[in-house]
Amino acid sequence: MSTLAVTEAPHIDWAGISSLIALFGGAVVVLLVGLLRARFARLTLVPVLTIVAFAASIGLAIWQWDEDTSLMSGALGLDPLAMIGVVGIGVAGIAAVLLSIGATAPREAAHGEYHAMMLVAAAGGAMFVGAENLITTFIGLELLSIPLYVLAATELHRRRSLESGLKYLIVGSVGSATLLYGFALIFGATGSLDYAAIADQVAAKGLGDDPLMLGGVAMVVVGLAFKSSVAPFHQWTPDVYEGAPTPVTAFMATATKVAALIAFLRLFDGALIGASDAWGPALAALASIAIIVGNVGALGQSSMKRLLAFSSIAQAGYMLVGVVVATKLGVQATVFYVLTYVVMTAAAFAVIEAAERESGHDGISALAGLGRRRPLHAIALTLSMLGLAGVPATVGFVAKLRIVQAAVDGDYSWLAIVLVVGSMISFVYYLRVVARLWTDEPAGVAVAPQSQAVEVEAPEAVATTTAVADPKGLPAAAVPGGGAVVVTGATILPMTVLAVVAGAAIVVLGVIPGPLMTVVEDVARAVPELFR
Amino acid sequence: MLHLSILLWLPALFGLLGLLVPARHVRWVGVLGAVLALAFSIVLVLDFEPHGSAFQHVTDTTWISALGVRYQLAVTGLNVWLVLLTTVGFAFSSLWIATTSLGTDPRAKHVILHLGIAQTAVLGALLAQDLILFVAFFDLMLIPFFFLTAQFGNGTNEERVRATIKMIVYTLVGSLLMLVAAIAVGVLATPDGQAVSYNIQEIAQRGVPEGSQGWLFACFAAAFLVKMPAFPIHGWLADGYKAMPLPILAVFSGVLSKVAVYGFLQIALPILPQGTADLRWVVLILAVLSILYASSLALTTFNARLVLAYSSVAQLGFITLGVMSLRPDGASGALLQSVNHGVAVFGAFLAVAILGRRTGGSEDLRDMGGAATKMPVFAVLFIVVTYAVLAMPGTANFVGEFLILRGAWEGTAQGLAIVASLGVALAAVYALRLFIRGSHNRVAAKVEPREGTRPELALMAIPVVLIAALAFHPQQTVKAADDATTRAVQRAAIVVGPDHVRKILEADPSARNIAPEPFADVPPSAGTVRPIGGARTTGPASQSDPATDPNTGRAVGVDPSTGQATTPSGGAAGSTVQVDPSTGQTVDPSTGQPVEPPSAQTEGAGR
Repeated sequence: MSTLAVTEAPHIDWAGISSLIALFGGAVVVLLVGLLRARFARLTLVPVLTIVAFAASIGLAIWQWDEDTSLMSGALGLDPLAMIGVVGIGVAGIAAVLLSIGATAPREAAHGEYHAMMLVAAAGGAMFVGAENLITTFIGLELLSIPLYVLAATELHRRRSLESGLKYLIVGSVGSATLLYGFALIFGATGSLDYAAIADQVAAKGLGDDPLMLGGVAMVVVGLAFKSSVAPFHQWTPDVYEGAPTPVTAFMATATKVAALIAFLRLFDGALIGASDAWGPALAALASIAIIVGNVGALGQSSMKRLLAFSSIAQAGYMLVGVVVATKLGVQATVFYVLTYVVMTAAAFAVIEAAERESGHDGISALAGLGRRRPLHAIALTLSMLGLAGVPATVGFVAKLRIVQAAVDGDYSWLAIVLVVGSMISFVYYLRVVARLWTDEPAGVAVAPQSQAVEVEAPEAVATTTAVADPKGLPAAAVPGGGAVVVTGATILPMTVLAVVAGAAIVVLGVIPGPLMTVVEDVARAVPELFR
Repeated sequence: MLHLSILLWLPALFGLLGLLVPARHVRWVGVLGAVLALAFSIVLVLDFEPHGSAFQHVTDTTWISALGVRYQLAVTGLNVWLVLLTTVGFAFSSLWIATTSLGTDPRAKHVILHLGIAQTAVLGALLAQDLILFVAFFDLMLIPFFFLTAQFGNGTNEERVRATIKMIVYTLVGSLLMLVAAIAVGVLATPDGQAVSYNIQEIAQRGVPEGSQGWLFACFAAAFLVKMPAFPIHGWLADGYKAMPLPILAVFSGVLSKVAVYGFLQIALPILPQGTADLRWVVLILAVLSILYASSLALTTFNARLVLAYSSVAQLGFITLGVMSLRPDGASGALLQSVNHGVAVFGAFLAVAILGRRTGGSEDLRDMGGAATKMPVFAVLFIVVTYAVLAMPGTANFVGEFLILRGAWEGTAQGLAIVASLGVALAAVYALRLFIRGSHNRVAAKVEPREGTRPELALMAIPVVLIAALAFHPQQTVKAADDATTRAVQRAAIVVGPDHVRKILEADPSARNIAPEPFADVPPSAGTVRPIGGARTTGPASQSDPATDPNTGRAVGVDPSTGQATTPSGGAAGSTVQVDPSTGQTVDPSTGQPVEPPSAQTEGAGR
């Protein structure tokens, strides 16, 4: 239908794009409400409306679950893969909004704008995961990225935040440009922009070894690797993660990952499946590098955000394994993994944000003795770390099981071994964090010679300490730019709620993974090219 | 019908219940949970029919349908006594904790919770009949010990965290490789067009391709050998043992390492017979090296804990030797010895704790001494434990070591058995050294001469009573395990060669009848896979066994022992109905099951 319809204005299936509309509409409303003068409107109504918008988009995506078509002349896919992406991004968005309540960033950047940008970024992500056309892919990507560049820099009085935004902008633009150039080459080789047509062309003309095509594929790999922070294109990740406000980092880590990985699946296991002999080994190599670099890099980190940045590089490597094998099992494994990754990472960032508000920094030492001070937070973070490491009885184990099964099934046993070697390394830093939670006395920080640190340890001290006043030198954690803005008396209730919900989900899904797995089974429908 | 899920989840449930109880009383919740589990497992042992069905009290439901992973639990001859050992060990540990400062610690809830989770995980690993379920529990059982050691261990925070992370990562190296191997085994064994199954039985029947068995066996062996641990992958041992609190260490050393032994018998041998046959010499040599290396370290170290740590390594070397002899008697001996060693270790660590308390916390042998005169009751109990550790004739440990060494003598090179038996002598030296340093000699300066407290002595009496009980009735364990070990080693023994099979049948003719793959009735699948192995140029099995032709090889192996004229047809196919000469029973070729167990074997069934 797509080729015939181009002469007229394409038919628009409003129901089909309703989840996108909810996000865009939400952005407009939130922006306007943010202009109201009432404190209530800015501080309460805006986050609530944002959550409503995210929830509406999730609900609409679930409503459209059984559809299996494409919209607007084949520009956007309306299938379970897209819908599950919308759900994942929506969950990530709700988590980020919860983390933003009482945070510095929305106050400095104005609540309306901050939340509207988050909604726009999510809308971009929703487009990105549904895109079945090179142009929409690119538009979705830019719509996702540009608000994130701004959001990263929203803590206006912290140099690290500004630096992070700028760095993200520059590196992200390089990635986008590379991707766009790759798209151009693929268009040149195949003469079409639609994924389905590209797949047909590749299969019909045997473009698997066409230099133009291969050049394009290579540049697309690089571009997407930049976006999903796959090593060796990951250098920006630790700095940006560390510098950006924590709620933004959480959003970046989760929503972007969902979007980028699903785009990977759609593009490589869908449109470019015919050239899999060419990109398979290359992606496999990238995945191995990411697994090793990410896990080894995380070993020496003392800032939780940097640690999670490196861990996310490694996790991106794990998820790529499902793309590399190019099988139905692989697609399901990657989607399952990325969804569980959202849950596990959300739990971790919730605890980190809460600890940051209490202690003024995100160093591991801010978590010392958390098991006695805030047992719920400590349990949630423990489950998150064990889940990311892949311990049985958490959902991380099941996710890893799926990935390994897909790898072995797809004759990539060596990649599975690289994956588990990476997980072994990862246990060192995940368990180190867990040990700090439970072994250290809450007064453990007092061991540090300087007495200024005392406020930090007082169990119920709602931290007023800024990192500058903390002279015992947490090199990566301290905020050298000066003027770390810590919200005194900021609530941590939303963080607790998020941490408890996500922590419970990690265990429940780990013990009863069946329902989520059944849902994920459906996504294979979206990549019919795998079954040709 | 005894539902195994109850036994499995009971300890974890009580661990969670402990969270609701005030911290002062939580230890008794732990004790109650452990004792209930113990009672349950005693009923299981009494209810077990040694020559009944291979799987008893089966539980089977879907767990992860998308992956073909099932929640399958069963009691078998291999695990029934180990389950009892586990529940005894955790009950002992809970009682011990209740009498020490761990039980009254403000964070006692953590101890009880993690101990409960650990027990559930160990029981799960033992009971699981699904490979992935086994791997999940096997990996999980390590994590509670991480928390227990990191929170309550010895040394400064930094030290014990470092030690326990080292321990976890070391053992995970094996476990995670095993995860890949387990999945690979399931995927590779699945015929085209059929659903993946991880049921251990089913994988064994489907057969894993010969070419892959080598690396798969290596992955499994790595997981099990690190867990034991065996030389040279024991690097975590000293740090881990030093950091762990003693009541926890007793159960860690006494129970967890046995799961590794069980893993060999339950998984590696039945589903990877070719891999086992090819690589068993590597494992055997590592086992003997472990015995010698660990024994000599146990002789030289002055840390009482490490004496026991290295003695465990040596004992597990023996046990591995028994398993890898690929003989039913060696494997049964290995299981018996696992139980014996576990029980002895409980007592030995308690003795170290009591001696350590006398010296004001030092566990250095040079700081001890004089217990025999100042605390005679303790010394008497301690000497019984010591005898068990050194496998004195009269204890069940002696029976176990005897069976193992006989198995090794018959099933492997005789030289290996001779070298291994050096370990028996060395065990006497290091065990007596520990006792003499602790109980005889002059009392060292720091020692407070006091008899053990009543709770301590009562606790110490538990392993002593168990050692005595095992000494009087060692055959119970062996009898329960006999059929199951025969089943476990069958396939691998057939691959090793006809001579091996003939020797087994000479020792125990009834072994022929045992399902699923009777020696006398080798199914065609073994015949089809055999030539590939024979065609390989390398591999110890093909070197040690020149008769690689499957048909003639099997005919030679079967004939003399059965005394039956099966010459051409018996080797060619397993489809003919055979009458078993020893029992007169008809063997049903389609299932390979004897129609009814012979009456001579049912003696223990009515118990």
